[in-house]
Amino acid sequence: MGKVVVITSGKGGVGKTTTSAALGAALAQGGEKVVVVDFDVGLRNLDLVMGAERRVVYDLVNVIQGEAKLAQALIRDKRVETLYLLPASQTRDKDNLTPEGVEKVVAALKSAFDWVICDSPAGIERGATLAMRHADTAIVVTNPEVSSVRDSDRIIGLLDSKTLKAENGERMEKHLLLTRYDPARAERGDMLKVDDVLEILSIPLLGIIPESMDVLKASNVGAPVTLADGGSAPARAYFDAARRLKGEALPVTVPGEKRSFFGKIFGRKAA
Amino acid sequence: MNLLRFFSRPQQSAPAARDRLQVLLAHERASAGDSDLVNKLRDEILRVIAKHVQIDDDKVSVKMDRGDKVSTLEVDIEIPLDAAKKKVDPGKAGAGKKAA
Repeated sequence: MGKVVVITSGKGGVGKTTTSAALGAALAQGGEKVVVVDFDVGLRNLDLVMGAERRVVYDLVNVIQGEAKLAQALIRDKRVETLYLLPASQTRDKDNLTPEGVEKVVAALKSAFDWVICDSPAGIERGATLAMRHADTAIVVTNPEVSSVRDSDRIIGLLDSKTLKAENGERMEKHLLLTRYDPARAERGDMLKVDDVLEILSIPLLGIIPESMDVLKASNVGAPVTLADGGSAPARAYFDAARRLKGEALPVTVPGEKRSFFGKIFGRKAA
Repeated sequence: MNLLRFFSRPQQSAPAARDRLQVLLAHERASAGDSDLVNKLRDEILRVIAKHVQIDDDKVSVKMDRGDKVSTLEVDIEIPLDAAKKKVDPGKAGAGKKAA
C-alpha cells in the first residue's frame, strides 16, 4: 500500500505545484513508484510544470465520471520511468470532483504506487478539502511571510478536523516545508527566520527551499527542478526533503548558515 | 543624514511580523474553537424549535462575539407565517435573544 501525501498551503503562489513536481520526481529518481495528482480542477498547471502539457488526453474528472480508465489518464514521465502524472481537468469546474469519486481513484492509486502526491489547489474550498481528505501525511508549504504563515495555520486546523484521519481520531502527520527562503534577508531581520515560523506553526520541519532562479528556469523548460538541475541549491534541498519524507533522520541545514567572511560582507547588498 | 543612516542599525521588520502573527493567530485559533460550539448550539436550537414550529434551516443564525470580559451569543430565528399559524400568533414573528 502506498502513502498518500497532500501538498497544501491555503495561500496561492507559495510553491505547491513546484514542490509536488520536485518532490515527486526526487522520490521517483530514488527508484520509488510515484504518481503526482493535480487537484486544481479548472486551473491545472502541474502538467505544464512537468512538461507534459501536450500529452494530456484524459484527466481526473474523466476518470471520476467513468469516461476513461485510470490507466488511460495516467501520463508516464519521459525522463524518469517510475514517475507518473494524473492531470486535472481544465474545462470543468471543481464541482465535478465528488467525494466518492476521489475516494475510489485515490484507493486505486494507493494500491499501484508507493507514493500518491496530491497537489492541492489554493484556498479552503472543496478542491482543497478533497485533496487533503485521504492523506496519510500533509506537507504544508509556507513562505516566510505573514499572509502565508496565517493561511498555513488555518490549513493545519483543517488537516486536524476535516480529514478522514482526523475524523477517525487518528493523528495526521504534518510537515512544514519552508520555501522561497532568503537567508540574507532573514539575517538582516527583514524576513521571518526559520525558527520564527517553526515556533508559530509548531509542526516539524521537512526542509528549507532557498529562493532561487533555478526554480523559475526549471518551470520555463517544463522540468521538475530536481531533474532540470540536480546540483542546484533548491534541487538539493528537495532531494533532502524527499529523504526525510521516507523517514531518514537527516538534519535540516539552514541555507547560507555556513557563509564565508566575504559572503557576509557582500551578501548584505544582494537581494 | 545619509551618513547617519548608513551607520545606524537598520530597522528590522521581521520581529514585527512575528509579534503580529503571534497575537493574531492566538485570537484566530480561539475563535476557530468557538465556531464549532456555535454550530453545535445552532443545530440543537434548531431541533428544539422544530419540535413546535416548522422553520427553515437557513433562517436561523447564531453568532458569537468574544469580548475581553463578556461574550455575547446572538440567536436570530425567522419563523414563516404559515408554519407558525398553530403555535404563534398570526403575523410576522421574530425572536431575538441575547445572553452574556
